[in-house]
Amino acid sequence: MADLPPLDAAYIEHKLNEWLEVEFSFLKTSTPAQAIAQLPRPDQDFMLMWVQRMSSTNIELAYQFTVRAIEFLNKQERRVIEAWVLHAMDTYDQRGLHPAMEFIKNIEHFIQYSHDHSVGTVLQDHATVLLHFCHGLSGRQLKIEEAEQAYTDTQTIYLPPVIATLATPEDNFLLYKASAAYLWAQTRFGTFHVPLYELAAQHPHPEPFLALFHALETVRLEACIARELPGLYRVMQRIQEQLNEKYDDASWQSITQPLIQPGATSQDTLALTHEHLHKINIPAPQCFQGTLNPERVAECLKNRVPKEKAAFRVALSKILEDLKKEEAARHEAREHQFRTRKISDHTLPEGFRMELTLDDQPVPLPDHLSKLLTSIQLDLGDIPDEYLVAAGPGEYDPSLYEEKEVDPDEVWQGTYHEEGAFLYNEWDFRRQHYRKNWCAVREKTISPVYDDFIQNTLRKYSGLIKHLRKSFEAMRDEDRVLNRQTYGDGIDIDALVQALAESRNGSEMSDQLFTRLHRNERNIAVVFMVDMSGSTKGWINEAERESLVLLAEALETLGDRYAIYGFSGMARKRCEIYKIKEFHETYNEEIRARITGITPKDYTRMGFAIRHLTKILQDVEARTRILITISDGKPDDYDNYRGAYGIEDTRRALVEARRSGIHPYCITIDTEAKDYLPHMYGDAAFTVIDKVNQLPLKVSDIYRRLTS
Amino acid sequence: MTARALKTDEYFIDEEPYYEPIGDEIEIFESAYRQQLPILLKGPTGCGKTRFIEHMAWRLKKSLVTVSCHDDLTASDLVGRFLVKGGETVWVDGPLASAVRKGSICYLDEIVEARKDTTVVIHPLADDRRVLPIDKLGEILQAPPGFCLAISYNPGYQSVLKDLKQSTRQRFVALEFDYPSAELETNIIAKETGIPHEQAARLVKFAGMTRNLKGSGLEEGASTRLLVHAARLIKDGISPVTACHAAIAQALTDDDEMLAGIAELSSSLF
Repeated sequence: MADLPPLDAAYIEHKLNEWLEVEFSFLKTSTPAQAIAQLPRPDQDFMLMWVQRMSSTNIELAYQFTVRAIEFLNKQERRVIEAWVLHAMDTYDQRGLHPAMEFIKNIEHFIQYSHDHSVGTVLQDHATVLLHFCHGLSGRQLKIEEAEQAYTDTQTIYLPPVIATLATPEDNFLLYKASAAYLWAQTRFGTFHVPLYELAAQHPHPEPFLALFHALETVRLEACIARELPGLYRVMQRIQEQLNEKYDDASWQSITQPLIQPGATSQDTLALTHEHLHKINIPAPQCFQGTLNPERVAECLKNRVPKEKAAFRVALSKILEDLKKEEAARHEAREHQFRTRKISDHTLPEGFRMELTLDDQPVPLPDHLSKLLTSIQLDLGDIPDEYLVAAGPGEYDPSLYEEKEVDPDEVWQGTYHEEGAFLYNEWDFRRQHYRKNWCAVREKTISPVYDDFIQNTLRKYSGLIKHLRKSFEAMRDEDRVLNRQTYGDGIDIDALVQALAESRNGSEMSDQLFTRLHRNERNIAVVFMVDMSGSTKGWINEAERESLVLLAEALETLGDRYAIYGFSGMARKRCEIYKIKEFHETYNEEIRARITGITPKDYTRMGFAIRHLTKILQDVEARTRILITISDGKPDDYDNYRGAYGIEDTRRALVEARRSGIHPYCITIDTEAKDYLPHMYGDAAFTVIDKVNQLPLKVSDIYRRLTS
Repeated sequence: MTARALKTDEYFIDEEPYYEPIGDEIEIFESAYRQQLPILLKGPTGCGKTRFIEHMAWRLKKSLVTVSCHDDLTASDLVGRFLVKGGETVWVDGPLASAVRKGSICYLDEIVEARKDTTVVIHPLADDRRVLPIDKLGEILQAPPGFCLAISYNPGYQSVLKDLKQSTRQRFVALEFDYPSAELETNIIAKETGIPHEQAARLVKFAGMTRNLKGSGLEEGASTRLLVHAARLIKDGISPVTACHAAIAQALTDDDEMLAGIAELSSSLF
């Protein structure tokens, strides 16, 4: 590509004015335009692209970016600037304009981690790898999230969005890994068995206390890591050498000597802290150690410990209950005793694994219960005796230990929560990036309606149903015997006689002498995604319901696995999926009544529905997975989900679905659909039906063609 | 050097295959053999089911016929079929029929992979009748006392399609296999491959890490077999991190990020 000439200031200012809506916003664009005009063309393009992409999110943010980014353009890698911008937009999405402005104005703070010309590593690029890494280590399955500083609350490891302390991206990644492992070690090796929050509160100035504790504990944990993960320990040593963080003070080393021993605990660290507080110099923090956040830890423990205790004791009582039932059948009644014992296991740092026993017989634990056991052991260091008493009837309120399932209908009561909802990303084409966890999706049930709709439909289409059944039956796997095969189970006598005759005649004998049973197993799972938006009100809704009835009747003869879901939404916080028929349900009166009960709801937000149903389809094992949308128009919802935005998001969701091996197909009655459907579904993956009353007829027919 | 060709029913195991019992599976197998009961081996892949059968064949001094089942395995593949030879049709026994005739141990590996109708063929063999009807010959083959039927099955797939039918499973004496305890597994690897005990222990620890990942991205953790593979590579001079990557990580998944995650684990450990 030839080098393009640089853009001039007037053009840039014109563009900025347009994107930043200067007419209304009165932002001053001439100075930044002048500055951008001084840049080389690639930088100009980079700047303008991001201004445009950001302006679709918020004009103020985009303006701040324009003003602030120029000076960093030469000093920072593009990736770092992009991470900064994306983080700003995420902040805006999640917490609003004010925090986002704070963030974008403070680019120095963002780049504080990166020296002037160093190369940063972005967490987003490596989060999954780090997560797999942490899950592989023993102990509780920790989550990884982004935060300004590295710390852990014993449930989640928080890491900064970008690290640029070291010279190369590889080394910076290793630093991420070291940080993650160090924070893992804090929960794994019992740093928080010490009630830090309460202890810190006793000090008028807690900072020196916490700093000394942290420094001493780091020595202990480093020794633990050296024993547990020697390879990583070598890397940590190398990083420390690179950064000159080695602290070779002789008195420090003699003080910390006991903490390096294998049996040292955080209590030893605490004792040393009390002994030497204000008496020795505290070494500078290590690059990977992050900060201590006793408050968050205390909060987390306060929630988790009673909950897990309740869950554990209730689980024990269930085990006991099952046992008692068996005994009652055998007319026995005995007292039972739960205990734990240690089974030697050298793969774990403690050298043993806890086993639960009932009357000295090991109890096989389901996965979630053994995870619970591990988690309790991590928090308390042991399983206390009071945990081993099965919960009495009604001793615990189930809400205490069960994951709360929020009633989907409560969403709009009070401030809406995102709890209990599935969160899905949404594609913002202007930003060319996902809006993270943007849609809160809830599964809702349809209240069944028992009236004469089903009867009427069956009567109305009785001829068609017969025809459909017949044609669907014909598609069922019929075993066919294939003749004249080169190999097979039996001998094709006709072929053999002919071959023998031919060989007598002197021609070459055929080797196609066998018969083989050919079985074409249908292995199809299909989800029907039905538009329940308000625009379907009236005959479209009726046609949809009729189609579903016919389809279900036909599919029952065919035996394909299928599920039916409705979708509708109003703005991103209220995306709703209606369960009409799930895969595991059989087609019966109730399902029919649910089909009858399908009523038009709100708007057509499609992306989330496709993403959610893709997930459901992926959980079904089948050779072919199909997602069929029955719709009456293009995507349309509040908060800008219309026009290009909605179409692009839907397209993106379909691309994601296809990537995971699902075939999407669309049946629509929108006669203008030819303008946008090819873009969304591709040229061959949709059908437009001109007349609504043809829908019931066509849907089954299309399904038949699609799958044969 | 050329490979040795053997008829399937002449495959005797001369040297003792190394097998470390986890529980009383050897006694149960021997007892079931004496009582002429068929045996079902349950357990995840690579935990030693096939090795166990080889060991038992050696112990009982029986020839062993192994059939690895796949989803195109038909009943004729097991029982036998007519072939054409010089203008004549000739009956050729399948592996199952020939095992019954000779009174061998017949081991059907991963039985759920076979078609459902194929599984049914073994039913008359697996109850007290102990016969194999061969319709095409109009014969009923009565199994001699020395014949033993064993099948294996991995319940971990947890798929409706690949489940063993009750009518099949309720004919067998079931032996459950699982990964051995850490100590035992370390011994197995050290003894099987000859790497130092300390290194075997690290490998077992690494296996534990991959088993932690089961359910959060991996379908299965590393099996004992994979550890043995890695240990062999290490013994041959490959560095442990590379050996783990090639013999274990790549065998477990194709997902790039998961591979990277596992690579980070192994590089941390060694």
